Amino acid sequence: MAAPGFLTTVQDLGRFGWTHYGISASGAADPFAFRAANLLVGNAENAPALEMTLTGGEFVFEQPATVAVAGSDFTSPVPLWQAVEIAAGAALRFGPARTGARCYLAIRGGFDVPLVMGSASVHVMTGVGGRPLRKGDVLAAGDAAVRRPRPAVRHAPAYSGGGELRVTPGPQANLFGGELYAAEYTVSEESNRMGIRLRGEALPAPAGGMISEGVALGAVQVPPDGQPIVLFVEHQTSGGYPKPANVVSADFRVLGQLRPRDHVTFRGITMESAELLLREQEQWLLRL
Amino acid sequence: MTIRPASDCALYLVFGEEISPAMHAAVARATRALAGVRGLRNLHPAYASLLVDFDPRLLTHASAAALIRDTLDRHSADPAPEPRHVEIPVVYGGEHGPDLSTVARHNGLSEDRVVELHASAAYFVYFVGFSTCFPYLGGLPAELATPRLDAPRKHVPAGSVAIGGAQAGIYPLASPGGWRLIGRTPLDLFDPAATPPPRLRMGDIVRFIPIREARF
Repeated sequence: MAAPGFLTTVQDLGRFGWTHYGISASGAADPFAFRAANLLVGNAENAPALEMTLTGGEFVFEQPATVAVAGSDFTSPVPLWQAVEIAAGAALRFGPARTGARCYLAIRGGFDVPLVMGSASVHVMTGVGGRPLRKGDVLAAGDAAVRRPRPAVRHAPAYSGGGELRVTPGPQANLFGGELYAAEYTVSEESNRMGIRLRGEALPAPAGGMISEGVALGAVQVPPDGQPIVLFVEHQTSGGYPKPANVVSADFRVLGQLRPRDHVTFRGITMESAELLLREQEQWLLRL
Repeated sequence: MTIRPASDCALYLVFGEEISPAMHAAVARATRALAGVRGLRNLHPAYASLLVDFDPRLLTHASAAALIRDTLDRHSADPAPEPRHVEIPVVYGGEHGPDLSTVARHNGLSEDRVVELHASAAYFVYFVGFSTCFPYLGGLPAELATPRLDAPRKHVPAGSVAIGGAQAGIYPLASPGGWRLIGRTPLDLFDPAATPPPRLRMGDIVRFIPIREARF
């Protein structure tokens, strides 16, 4: 690790089974690009890989390696969405994101890091699973590849940043009118892996308290100031703010690519449509 | 119990609307029965509900709900485990409990009496949650209930022992917070290298032991 960039962490698809102890799953912010990068180098989709945020790092390879880069284009030195051979002694230097917020670097065999409670994912806010990478850190490639590297993706998925978030009704949808769907919001600088804070016309927040309940990934919660927060991969496990909507699983990848000042709107869809969108995304990954 | 959708991959099991030991027993029973069931990825217990996050590649809302009802039925007669008893040493007041005097004044008590009452009760961990494995404790003596701060503090030190309305809690990690701080424990309540990291778990019985001073 010659330079860490803005925030580079080891991730997998998350640490499941611990929320009743208060630990959210964490995991790759854009699970779609993360899985694609792993599948392209012939790994299982959950192999530990690197997540870069906003500005990429510089990596020096002491050994030859096969890598794949997927997600947003961080002025990448190698083409995205394909397996690439790297010679011993070569360096890959990434730059600022051209669009979007996150880019994944998977290595054939996976990064060989200790698992904490069954997962390699770094939970940045609590330190569970480790810490962000620093200059001078050395990572070893594992030997967990499961098949040959795959051919390059012919039609790379669009990674534009911002846009429309599709949502299903949240548990307190009946307390809200349609204002959420009429407004345009701007992603705030205070957003992080815990929550994406939005700024825009304040929603009328319902009066009266509710008792705390569990909160789901992608929940849109509205605190008294009326500015929505979308709960993200390191979200709190419970909360007491009302939730008019929940981002659909197929659009978690869109959440992972939001960056400050991006504009977003919400569109309500049915549960059935949400399931269909997820199935289409799975089909795309199956074809890799 | 009713089951309703929370998201395209999560369901709420709702047991009631109130905060009570009976509700807790129902939530805890469901959490024990559903932990580790294939296809159910995460369980989020709270006062009177349990959010179940399922793998949408294996289950739909309908099949997840059927799996949940079936599993709960099969485990309905499981005995509850004996609760764990945990003692928490606390330095009350002074710099570690900046709101002790406010809590005393609000309730017309002396500071010593607040400490005495707080340390004489047995507390019960309803669940751990929010953002940092925060234990929500029931059992606060009614004489100590004090409203939260109007504006939360930006920084509450790890280990701060707090009162929020009629509830008690402890901040396991440094974080912002709006509860009244009456003391602080030197005990590490959150160790990222431990499995699981938080020392307190739902169902634990907690007692506070006053100590004069400690190294933080």
